[in-house]
Amino acid sequence: MRLVRLFRSPEAISGLVILGLLGAMALAAPWLFPRDPLSIAGPPLLRPFQDWALPLGTDRLGRDVVAGLFHGARTSLAVGLAAAAASILVGSVVGTAAGFAGGFVDEVLMRITDAFQTVPGFLLSLALVSVIGPSLGVVVVAIALSSWTGPARIARAEVLSIRERDYVASARVIGMHPVEIALREVLPNALPPVLALSSVIVAAAILTEAALSFLGLGDPNRVTWGGMISEGRAVLRSAPFLSIIPGIALVLAVLGVYLAGEGVVESSAAREGQA
Amino acid sequence: MSAPLLEVEGLTKRFRRGGREFAAVDGVSFSMAQGETLALVGPSGSGKSTVGRLLLRLTEADAGSVRFGRADLLQLRGAALRSVRTKLQMVFQDPLAAFNPRATVARLLDDPLRVNGVVARGRRSMAIAELLERVGLSSALASRGVHEISGGQRQRVAIARALATGPSLIVLDEAVAALDVLVRADILRLLRDLQRQERISYLFISHDLGAVRSIAHRIAIMDAGHIVEQGDTAAVIANPQSKTGKALVAATPELPHARENVS
Repeated sequence: MRLVRLFRSPEAISGLVILGLLGAMALAAPWLFPRDPLSIAGPPLLRPFQDWALPLGTDRLGRDVVAGLFHGARTSLAVGLAAAAASILVGSVVGTAAGFAGGFVDEVLMRITDAFQTVPGFLLSLALVSVIGPSLGVVVVAIALSSWTGPARIARAEVLSIRERDYVASARVIGMHPVEIALREVLPNALPPVLALSSVIVAAAILTEAALSFLGLGDPNRVTWGGMISEGRAVLRSAPFLSIIPGIALVLAVLGVYLAGEGVVESSAAREGQA
Repeated sequence: MSAPLLEVEGLTKRFRRGGREFAAVDGVSFSMAQGETLALVGPSGSGKSTVGRLLLRLTEADAGSVRFGRADLLQLRGAALRSVRTKLQMVFQDPLAAFNPRATVARLLDDPLRVNGVVARGRRSMAIAELLERVGLSSALASRGVHEISGGQRQRVAIARALATGPSLIVLDEAVAALDVLVRADILRLLRDLQRQERISYLFISHDLGAVRSIAHRIAIMDAGHIVEQGDTAAVIANPQSKTGKALVAATPELPHARENVS
């Protein structure tokens, strides 16, 4: 039922198609381009559509742009999904704990959340990566660190309303332990609005990763779209395609995530409205 | 008569509203015997539901004592409180609100059995079927979600859930108020049968004198946080002494006829 409605909305379909293509690119990269995408594949600064072995040309060092694009999709999607999963996990646990425990615990956790929210997220990521050093794991943690506060606030608000419901009182009456009430009765019912945030977080995470790579703080052993744009910057006037092509990929990825996320939220909202 | 099952003394709860404090429950005292039904009746906002929630410690009292068996309910903490709660259960007005919307009937009934270790793991599905049978439901209902059964069935499941731990007192907070009249009569009959079989006491919180008359042995009328009148159900309904009692009886149109039929 839900899937049928999901496939009826044109936004959702286009979003899912884009995401599907990116996912396929990411999965196929090691088979289609088994060579290290950072290795030199041809003459430098070959323009697109000149040589069909290198359809989108090469960069300043003669590296294959298509291979970079495919391998970059892996990094972008992996970082986006992992960072979003981490921030939603941390955020919903913190938010549930704060809302459910109330009082002093709530105060402390929410002041910590405030502290994280007052620091610009990108600055926080930048600081962490430049201190610990760039690697994929650190980039994921750095992005999650700046984006868990949204899920935390929403989870807390949901929990505050849910904990006054009769089914929570009923669970207390039958003698359920508070920790079990929080995890089994409250959290699953507080989660849907938090999950609705996930598309926004994934999109933001992809952009943050690209920005970090652009500044040279991405994982140096991986191709990333942000890194490719940054590479192309030096020859922006003579070979603009080197920045434009990964830029388009980035825009499409973010757009695809947004549209698909929007479609999922809408179709589940329609379902609730009907129920 | 043996020692009372429940003795409530000077129970008090104050709430803050708009900066002003007011007593929702103000020095309420009553006692209940085993196997007895006491109806707590009063207009909305009289504090009767708060009394029920205070007994179950869903809300913390400001003053007073509640002696239940040998324990002082208001002093218990943590595990001791959870273990006394197996003997003291509650059925809420709207079962849909009182059930986790994601749960199935089986899970709702499994929870009290599992949490309190009442029944060994291997026997639980049998125990669930037995519980359903005791409240007059088919055990085939166990796999249904709470949205897939009727309102009357839901309230029976709520009663089965309360029965799971073998309680000696069940607080019924407006438990039949949301049901249509025929279903209400069925549920009241079920409650009376269960009481006869197991000597369970009910604290029947209601504003519906018709339902009260058919189930309660005694009645306590509340207004503005106080108990204004207490006595045998028939006597109080026939001849209410307090202003609130008179108003409640006067506002229940079908009662005079019902009384004539009885006498």
